[in-house]
Amino acid sequence: MRIGIVCPYSWDVPGGVQFHIRDLAEYFIRLGHDVSVLAPADDDTPLPPYVVSAGRAVPVPYNGSVARLNFGFLSAARVRRWLHDGAFDVVHIHEPTSPSLGLLTCWAAQGPMVATFHTSNPRSRAMIAAYSILQAALEKISARIAVSEYARRTLVEHLGGDAVVIPNGVDVDFFAKAEPRPEWQGDTIGFIGRIDEPRKGLPVLMRALPKILAARPQTRLLVAGRGDEEAAVESLPAEVRSRVEFLGMVSDEDKARFLRSLDLYVAPNTGGESFGIILVEALSAGAPVLASDLDAFVQVLDQGAAGELFANEDADALAEAAVRLLEDPERRAGLRARGSVHVRRFDWSTVGADILSVYETVTAGAAAVAADERSGLRARFGLARD
Amino acid sequence: MAGASYSVPPVTATLVWTLWILAALVVIGLYLSWTAGRLDRLHARIDAARAALDAQLLRRASVAQELATSGVLDPASSIVLYEAAHAARQAEEEQREVAESELSQALRAVFEDPQQVEEVREAPGGDAAASELAEAVRRVPMARRFHNDAVGSARRLREHRKVRWFRLAGHAAFPLAFEMDDEPPAALVERTA
Repeated sequence: MRIGIVCPYSWDVPGGVQFHIRDLAEYFIRLGHDVSVLAPADDDTPLPPYVVSAGRAVPVPYNGSVARLNFGFLSAARVRRWLHDGAFDVVHIHEPTSPSLGLLTCWAAQGPMVATFHTSNPRSRAMIAAYSILQAALEKISARIAVSEYARRTLVEHLGGDAVVIPNGVDVDFFAKAEPRPEWQGDTIGFIGRIDEPRKGLPVLMRALPKILAARPQTRLLVAGRGDEEAAVESLPAEVRSRVEFLGMVSDEDKARFLRSLDLYVAPNTGGESFGIILVEALSAGAPVLASDLDAFVQVLDQGAAGELFANEDADALAEAAVRLLEDPERRAGLRARGSVHVRRFDWSTVGADILSVYETVTAGAAAVAADERSGLRARFGLARD
Repeated sequence: MAGASYSVPPVTATLVWTLWILAALVVIGLYLSWTAGRLDRLHARIDAARAALDAQLLRRASVAQELATSGVLDPASSIVLYEAAHAARQAEEEQREVAESELSQALRAVFEDPQQVEEVREAPGGDAAASELAEAVRRVPMARRFHNDAVGSARRLREHRKVRWFRLAGHAAFPLAFEMDDEPPAALVERTA
């Protein structure tokens, strides 16, 4: 099958959606499918052979922050050329509501189109104004995928229609087979994420830390991720600070080894998560997980069966649960075992097969993807070849 | 500039107005034609989605019937499954949703027990049959959701004033969602390796 995948965000910037697309593309290539990924990228970035650059993304203020987007005639022309050259059986667009390549592709193509909605942004003012334009483009999508039940609910509320839920994939064995590192073992709590992004929740964990250390002084907190380390420990008493170790950015291999080594992985995120891939990675590595009770997390953790939950932003509840788990090796072993079984449904072998089922459902008997002649002005005067 | 308009002869003023009205009509016409194009595309999408749903339903009924006649299942289960699969395949359009729902229920009843699924898998050729059935019962809800999503989009557009007043939908029948019980048997789609 000839598959075209559209990535809305710059390939040079690491991010969840980019990693998801990379893994998905490589999974399909291993199965023998023809895959081409269209992504924004700087001209001098080295790209894998299956990625086609759609040009540099332009930083624009959008939706309260600066987003790097692709739009305009040049990008639209590149999208059209890519569609023409690829002659795809199906095009898979990621994040079709962001005003970037995804939307341009919706606009320019006709035929079997699949779209994955990753984030669950509340409807922005710009989206309401652009609603009818957006709706006309989104109507062409033959199958919608939401990454979680929560993302599906927001999608249904904001855009109407329906979607199937297919979670993000993880290479479970990559994490399950990683070798633990001794210096990260022994009464360790782990955190992975941007240090200075409050929604990742490190401040909540920092507030809980003195209480955890009061009950179990031998505990160490290991933090992996970018950000200002000084500012992160500012609120802590001096004697507690020495129990916090910053590892900076870690490679994928080290991340897996890190998760394998921990006694407890804590995800104190306070919001803005539509899936929670890091929890799946922690479960894959067999780390006992303690997470805030965000909708997306509750679902990934199977309503609390595969990992413990605490009330969001409640540092006391976090401390209490962490101490209870650290003192109970049996409970942690139980969580490890249940987590390792539960996480199999997020493995690429399952997720990829489901996505392929979606492709096959929409392509059965349909013509291949082609440029949409009708969206041009000529068509309005009945001049287009149809 | 207001003074200048007094000096314009009445004929020219009428002409200017006519041109404006014509321009407005052209714009409205383009917009309506664009909307009609959107609607046309949605109807085409519904047709494709419906064909895909039909294909998946047929596939599910066929696999179920094959299993029922294979002798792998006990006679009681075989009869229940055969009856339901046969009825689903033969159902008239109006009874289709009910018949397909009943097949879902029959499948759930027969494969409720994980033990039963194991037995099928162990029989010669049973593994392939069970996998085919598992795939079919997973794809039916998918295809149905895509179909109903397209139907929802088309209905929202068709209920709009501009579409109703200008009869942009032509003679196309008002699209109906396909409502059925498509819950798959848990033991069959359970994927804990």
